[in-house]
Amino acid sequence: MTHLVQLAQQLDQIFVLAKHWLLGYVPAGAQPLCSAVLSVVPIIIVFPLLFAITTLLERKGLGRIQNRYGPNRVGPFGLLQPIADGVKTLTKEDIVPITADHAVHFLAPLLLVSASFMDYAVLPIGRNMVIVNLNAGVLFFFAVGSLMELAVFMAGWSSRSKYTLLGAMRAIAQMISYEVPLVLASIVVIMQAGSLSTVAIVNMQATYTGIWPHWFVFTPWGFAGFVLFMVAATAESNRSPFDLPEGESEIIAGYYTEYSGFKFAFFFMGEYIGMFATSGMAITLFLGGWSAPFSFLAWIPSYFWFFAKLLVLIAVFIWVRGTLPRLRMDQLMNLAWEFMLPMTLLNLLTAGIWHFMPMGPSRWLVCSIMVAVPCILLSRGLKHKKKFQVHTYHYSE
Amino acid sequence: MSTATLPTAHFDLEPMTGPSKEQLLELSMGPQHPSTHGVFRMKVVLDGERVVRLKPVFGYLHRNHEKIAESETYLGSMPYTDRLDYMCSITNNWAYALAVEKLAGIQVPERAEYLRVITGELTRLQNHACLIGFLMQDMGSSGTPLMYAFREREKILDLFEALTGARMMCNYMRFGGCRVDLPDGWLDQAKKVVADFPRFLDEYEQLLVSNEILMERTQDVGVLSRELAVSAGISGPMARASGVDYDIRKVDHYSIYDRFTFRVPLGSHGDVYDRFMVRLLEMRESVSILEQAMRAVPAGPIVDPKMKIRGFRPKPGEAYGRIEAPKGELGFYLVSDGSPNPYRYRVRPPSLINLTVLEDLCLGRNVADIVAILGSIDIVLGEVDR
Amino acid sequence: MVGEGILKGMAETARNFFGSFVSKDRLTTVQYPEQRELRIEAARDFPFLVYDGADWHQGMRCVACQICEKECPPKCIFIEKSKDKKPDANGKPQFYPAVFNIDISVCMSCQICVEVCPFDAIKMDVDYDLSTDDRFGGLLLNKQRLSKSNEYYRKIHPTEASAVDARLAGERARQEAKAKTAAEARLTTTAVQPASGEPR
Repeated sequence: MTHLVQLAQQLDQIFVLAKHWLLGYVPAGAQPLCSAVLSVVPIIIVFPLLFAITTLLERKGLGRIQNRYGPNRVGPFGLLQPIADGVKTLTKEDIVPITADHAVHFLAPLLLVSASFMDYAVLPIGRNMVIVNLNAGVLFFFAVGSLMELAVFMAGWSSRSKYTLLGAMRAIAQMISYEVPLVLASIVVIMQAGSLSTVAIVNMQATYTGIWPHWFVFTPWGFAGFVLFMVAATAESNRSPFDLPEGESEIIAGYYTEYSGFKFAFFFMGEYIGMFATSGMAITLFLGGWSAPFSFLAWIPSYFWFFAKLLVLIAVFIWVRGTLPRLRMDQLMNLAWEFMLPMTLLNLLTAGIWHFMPMGPSRWLVCSIMVAVPCILLSRGLKHKKKFQVHTYHYSE
Repeated sequence: MSTATLPTAHFDLEPMTGPSKEQLLELSMGPQHPSTHGVFRMKVVLDGERVVRLKPVFGYLHRNHEKIAESETYLGSMPYTDRLDYMCSITNNWAYALAVEKLAGIQVPERAEYLRVITGELTRLQNHACLIGFLMQDMGSSGTPLMYAFREREKILDLFEALTGARMMCNYMRFGGCRVDLPDGWLDQAKKVVADFPRFLDEYEQLLVSNEILMERTQDVGVLSRELAVSAGISGPMARASGVDYDIRKVDHYSIYDRFTFRVPLGSHGDVYDRFMVRLLEMRESVSILEQAMRAVPAGPIVDPKMKIRGFRPKPGEAYGRIEAPKGELGFYLVSDGSPNPYRYRVRPPSLINLTVLEDLCLGRNVADIVAILGSIDIVLGEVDR
Repeated sequence: MVGEGILKGMAETARNFFGSFVSKDRLTTVQYPEQRELRIEAARDFPFLVYDGADWHQGMRCVACQICEKECPPKCIFIEKSKDKKPDANGKPQFYPAVFNIDISVCMSCQICVEVCPFDAIKMDVDYDLSTDDRFGGLLLNKQRLSKSNEYYRKIHPTEASAVDARLAGERARQEAKAKTAAEARLTTTAVQPASGEPR
């Protein structure tokens, strides 16, 4: 039995052990540099691979929702489609408008991709598998993540075209507005964990009572925080229903209209990588990071659980994209400032009360009411102001 | 000359009041655009995100239909009417046949009337399905409602192909009746399609009707007041959504619509949501008409036996025949001088007339609303430009 | 509550997603060109000329009356009448088209030529794989390319072809009956004719 447990632990730490083994072959002077490289290179390989798989999954998923196959010609079940897409984007002509600001135009996609990759530095992908265990990990994450907004604006502004300008303005307004609920929704977790370090947050959630895990999502304030965080994450990544900046049927492609070829692929990739990073942070903060959902499943390696949860969140993103129409700009902003901001602030209050009340059903009841009642009232307030209801119609004979 | 006195003339001058010229952005939602339902251009002047002026520019699909008709025989124009509103070819044919029948005083036998009603209402079903699908697509639903709507539309198009030989350019009506009789088993297949339709409508309603995002995007957007609808000559579902109780099937009592009981849904707000819902409800009414009609198709000839195909020369005169096409009032005005070709042939295109109020509907709204409003007017460029 | 309609919509989408794996109604794609949809019998694409028998030139039904050329709305049929005659299916000598071209880049498949033809000589084909890279001559179908046999017609439009065949056979039978009674009438009149010289 212990033999099996030892095997499971070794499997769990296989990448860490491999890295230490490889480092043994490197002279001591070069070890810090090689250690950094060996930590970073897997991220740069795995997540773009995940991006390629996600593009395929998205197309096939959307296809099945729409009663059709997705791509299924390139390779069995279309599995080689991402390679075909990659080759296509690489071989396209790189058109830059003559009046565009060439330097900024070139740098914008690079900045986007670099900013989104830097986010992964603080995400714990498995037990002991984080690139850098910063004391202020969550703060670092949000700070670097907002570089993406700068990149978006650079792209729209440098193209010197009306459509891109419109798109860039919309994108900036949206992303800045949704940073606020995003960060506020994560503050509850920081309050509860008492630390800004992602590793500490995950370690707090990796314990079990009986078979049930201590994930923060299983508390009223955690659940509300998770939902708010995910909605804000959708808006941050410019995905449906918040994809107005790239509103395909109105302003064609918004801020990246004037990009073609590989730069377009970079934008695409940067957006998706950013989406994965924000989902990864949601998993870290609320869903227990790399910990298993039940204690008897803890023998499965931790990185497997991280990626499984990530895939579930990606599936939910795709599902939402296939269902909902786009929100208009002012409605987007209304949702952020008039619904999500009050909800996140009340959530903070709820989390505080949870902390100071004694354990037991009473605090569950109080906190659930404190979360549900404002939600209903605020949503009714939203609706009432605009009188949105299902209309009734009369007929004439 | 006198255009300078009209309030919305001379678009290229800057507006006299409001923000200064530097703040305004002039955009051309140009002929190539994913959401303009064809080659249609709108010159939009924006103040930030709000529309200050809007001028529709069309004519990119002008094909000289009315002039060609003057050199064709009356029958030869029938295939060209298919291509006017290319989504609903059968109702175009019907309006033209009605106009010629009025001109020459031709009677239509019973069975032909029933076939006309059945195919006409099937056309209405597939046109409205197309519209509700495209309206959702334009609002960013990434195609899911569109695919569902088109799944149903394909069944109806298969029915058309089995009956007339072509899915969209049906060329089905003739003066005095229909061209071809029902093949064996068509009526049963049609009954099955119509019986399945309410299930699709229920699914669609569940997907969309109480969807908050849809309601936010479409309610109180593009409100068309009743007075403006009546004075601008708007017809069809767009007018009924504003509360104007005008359905030509009930007003003119043409064909045999008097024998069927059906209701006409009316909206009260005149916004995009009402236009969308009125069309959904009209689909249900069409299903009810179809069920009644398909139960009672009599036997008999399908075309007036006295009509010859060649050598049709109506007596000199004029006639205006109109029907309730899915998009509005489609009318044909014919002037004959006794020769085999019409002297004057004029189409009253409902899409064009409904489009004249586009600027009034869009003023003060966002850019994103323009697309929703244009989608709800339901234009087809083949009809706007002819 | 906010989100209720959205959740209902998402349930609907999920139902379609899982349903697409189990029920055919929710996965309506036909994988062309490996699978084809069942061709509907009445479909029409472009016209073709029908010939009876084995020889396309000999058995062609068309007699170059040029009615279809006159009635065609976009005027895509070009016919030149022959100078001599050849016998048709009933043995009667008829003109035939020396040149019969249809420009299918102009043809709009309206089927009016089929309706007005008095000889059932031109019918609608169902072949649509007609694309070519020759912009000028490739889409101008001449008499030989247009001629297809009656067996082919019966294969693509069975009900129509059997109706046409029945009608033509009936006409032929009537013509033969008329010819037979005319021949019999001639025989009887010659028999009844008295030999010359017989007193009346």
